[in-house]
Amino acid sequence: MTDLASPTVRVSTRPAETRRDIGIKRRYAAERRFRVYGISAITLGLLFLALLLSTVVSNGYTAFLQTTITLPIEFSEKVIDPKNERSTDAKQLMTANYPLLVRDALVKQLGLDATKRPQVKQATDMVSASARTQLRDMVVADPSIIGKTVPVTLLAEANIDSAFKGQIDLSVAETNRKVKDQQVAWMNQLADAGVLKKSFNTGIFSFGASSRPEAAGVGVALIGSLYMMLIVLVLSLPIGVAASIYLEEFAPKNRLTDLIEVNINNLAAVPSIVYGLLGLAVFINFAGMPRSAALVGGFVLTLMTLPTIIIATRAALKAVPPSIRSAALGLGASKMQTIFHHVLPLAMPGILTGTIIGLAHALGETAPLLLIGMVAFVVDFPGSPLEPSTALPVQIYMWANEAERAFVERTSGAIIILLIFLVFMNLGAILLRRRFERRW
Amino acid sequence: MLSEAGRFFSMVSPVEFFFGTVWDPRFAAAGSGDASGQFGLLPLLGGTLYIAFVAMLFAVPIGLFAAIYMAEYASPRLRSTAKPLLEVLAGIPTIVYGFFALVTVGPFLRDISTQLNGLLTGNYQNFIQAQSVLTAGIVMGIMLIPFVSSLSDDIITQVPRALRDGSLGLGATRSETVKKVILPAALPGIVGALLLTASRAVGETMIVVLAAGVAARMQLTPFEPMTTVTVKIVHQLTGDLEFTSPQTLVAFALGITLFVITLCLNIYALYIVRKYREQYE
Amino acid sequence: MSEAAVEKALDQKMNTVPLKMIGKDVSVYYGEKRALFDVNLNIRENTVTALIGPSGCGKSTFLRTLNRMNDTIENCRVTGRITLDEDDIYDPSIDVVELRARVGMVFQKPNPFPKSIYENVSYGPRIHGLARSKADFDEVVETSLQKAGLWNEVKDRLQEPGTGLSGGQQQRLCIARAVAVSPEVILMDEPCSALDPIATAKVEELIHELRANFTIVIVTHSMQQAARVSQRTAMFHLGNLVEENDTDKMFTNPDDQRTQDYIMGRFG
Repeated sequence: MTDLASPTVRVSTRPAETRRDIGIKRRYAAERRFRVYGISAITLGLLFLALLLSTVVSNGYTAFLQTTITLPIEFSEKVIDPKNERSTDAKQLMTANYPLLVRDALVKQLGLDATKRPQVKQATDMVSASARTQLRDMVVADPSIIGKTVPVTLLAEANIDSAFKGQIDLSVAETNRKVKDQQVAWMNQLADAGVLKKSFNTGIFSFGASSRPEAAGVGVALIGSLYMMLIVLVLSLPIGVAASIYLEEFAPKNRLTDLIEVNINNLAAVPSIVYGLLGLAVFINFAGMPRSAALVGGFVLTLMTLPTIIIATRAALKAVPPSIRSAALGLGASKMQTIFHHVLPLAMPGILTGTIIGLAHALGETAPLLLIGMVAFVVDFPGSPLEPSTALPVQIYMWANEAERAFVERTSGAIIILLIFLVFMNLGAILLRRRFERRW
Repeated sequence: MLSEAGRFFSMVSPVEFFFGTVWDPRFAAAGSGDASGQFGLLPLLGGTLYIAFVAMLFAVPIGLFAAIYMAEYASPRLRSTAKPLLEVLAGIPTIVYGFFALVTVGPFLRDISTQLNGLLTGNYQNFIQAQSVLTAGIVMGIMLIPFVSSLSDDIITQVPRALRDGSLGLGATRSETVKKVILPAALPGIVGALLLTASRAVGETMIVVLAAGVAARMQLTPFEPMTTVTVKIVHQLTGDLEFTSPQTLVAFALGITLFVITLCLNIYALYIVRKYREQYE
Repeated sequence: MSEAAVEKALDQKMNTVPLKMIGKDVSVYYGEKRALFDVNLNIRENTVTALIGPSGCGKSTFLRTLNRMNDTIENCRVTGRITLDEDDIYDPSIDVVELRARVGMVFQKPNPFPKSIYENVSYGPRIHGLARSKADFDEVVETSLQKAGLWNEVKDRLQEPGTGLSGGQQQRLCIARAVAVSPEVILMDEPCSALDPIATAKVEELIHELRANFTIVIVTHSMQQAARVSQRTAMFHLGNLVEENDTDKMFTNPDDQRTQDYIMGRFG
């Protein structure tokens, strides 16, 4: 201030001995290297994420399209019920030679000579063998259809489906691939006629297990997973919340509760497969529950999810400030009233977030379900949690073990469905947290 | 579970189980009660630890550096995008990783080893198999990255700011501060975090079921298949079961072994982490 | 001599001391919030300058601008000009690491690293490469601990963790750690606020001795401490520098009404 104006003021000069070499250049090079390591690590992690997701999506998005062939099927009485026994013998409609209807329609459509057996066989191979059940179900549902000609949309066989989606390399020698040149020619002919086309694949959501990729879907698995999630929710939320309230609000702080706390933390880190063994030993072997049932799966996943929910709930309860408790108690509320009227509602968002995250984990869990027999080939929809069923991740596991190209596509498709569910559950959890985020 | 394992040990001596070096349980159906198969744990345990080791080798540097960068360097903006994205990796079900190993990583390693071998020796023969310790290890490593990074991130951010300031105030660069002050201070906590991660690697099932193979053998090369405790539990218990044969019951003995190993790791790790937290509270 | 003449002579004497650091129009912003308003303050060489004022007045903020510790705080922006000798320390050509090696810092709470006493003191010389051989390190550790008045207390347990010392010893260890780098200026941010009166007295005595070799800037909330250890005092209030003066004058006959009020305990 005034000093600066004064003529006697001196500014110090830098003492020579302070000009020392402290290795700035070398040290900054090390600094830059270190940063590069850090950035590469993060980039690498994100790269793996991108690679993982892009593998799944690029393999799987085509699973949501399915090649179909729409043919005018003549439900000829001669073929279905030549002796007119359907009124007396119910089996007649079940066992009729439906593939013949498809063959006839296809021969007509392509203008083939019906007597050339190998050629006709090649043509009918283009249509999924699931056409038999499809036509059968139509006739059984409505026998009056017999004698009429109705356009029916049939699934194309898996290899034709792959070829039409451009997934089969046609430059490979004909003998080395499953789709023959003649079939490709017909495929193009049918496509030009507008008979063969790609459309949205509703089947992947509704079909059950099948050894034919084009007729396989995650329908049964979705129902199985749904049952299990309901069981987990219904069991683990009340039990988890009750246990947490007891531990957090009522239990005396002593060695025993300390031990329980340590145990709960440890249980959350036990490998999931051990829960599967436990389920097998206790529920199936000891209690005699049915194998492959969603009920047992639900129980096992409940055991697995409980520690997560208890930890989240206790954290949520802890976060409610003591002042709220004191205020309620000070007004003469009982301890029960305080907890259920004041503490629990405030902790609810945290509890629900934890529960959703626990459920999302349970939904993606595979290993324990393998052990309790959910690796099952289930075609029919389970009517109750006691019937055999399978689960979405288990279905993925089973498909992943199939060699065919078309199953790789289905597997990826099923993974996409699973991931979409998980994304929605996690988004729900995040929104819940945002919506109710509270600063005390 | 204990009683099932007990029934197993009444048929096969524990010594044979824990110290046997051959795993050859034969078929469960072939004469039940006939304990002629050999149930040596060691090849399975060896495979389990080997794969877990490869996975940690892969995940620890990436996860740790990512955690350090996010805790010490990243702007809040980068942190708030990169951290949740990395955590997405932890939310992906392990079966998806298994599929990724089976469809992408395994064939990729096999093909690249073919090319490499061809370039070096002219012999286009793959030396890495599609199902191998390496495949399973790498994919499991990817799965573990977010565990290492978010656990370490928590630990590193708990190191008091005063220590950082103290070092920076003396003229240390950021990386010197991290390497010489923060990491040593956070070391116990990080070791705990790594042990927790290791326990997860040991208990992991779906990735190894799809990527590691089923051959129970002891070997040093990571390029060939090996199998793990978890794989064998799944194998012994899928298909038709007979709860009287040692072939089935051995799964419970394996399960108990796995449980004990992971439990010890967890208890020790949680103890270390708890100690660490108390130190800075 | 008349009292006024004595004062004038003293002033003259003080004014001949060279200025080690000059702050001109220094303002600091945390995001949108302005924490310092055009502060002009000079730090004299081999002098203890005390920064006083009520809490939140900006004294610690100003202290941290002197070795750019503010750089580590997100959103913090400094304007104006601060020089060390003739160099502008915010000039892009000045390296912050080198600056901090010349302007060391001791913090409010003792913050020894969780390492041995020896490693704590040798940390600075090690990172800056100021010592090479074991003998060099031994020497710098001994002299630094001696300068910090801690040598006799710890010479037999140099390998024990620094965190095991008492609070006062820890703070003197931190001073030794700063001294070991042989900086020109040492900044102290309320170094005694976490210490008991006996430890405080020791640290104050130490500050007195360090003055011979270092320029010291100390932030303190205790006016008695400022009066005891410093030769110059600067009073901050609400982000403004209210008054800067010789400590004796400041505590007996301050120029500014607010200083007087603060010293009389009207606010704070």
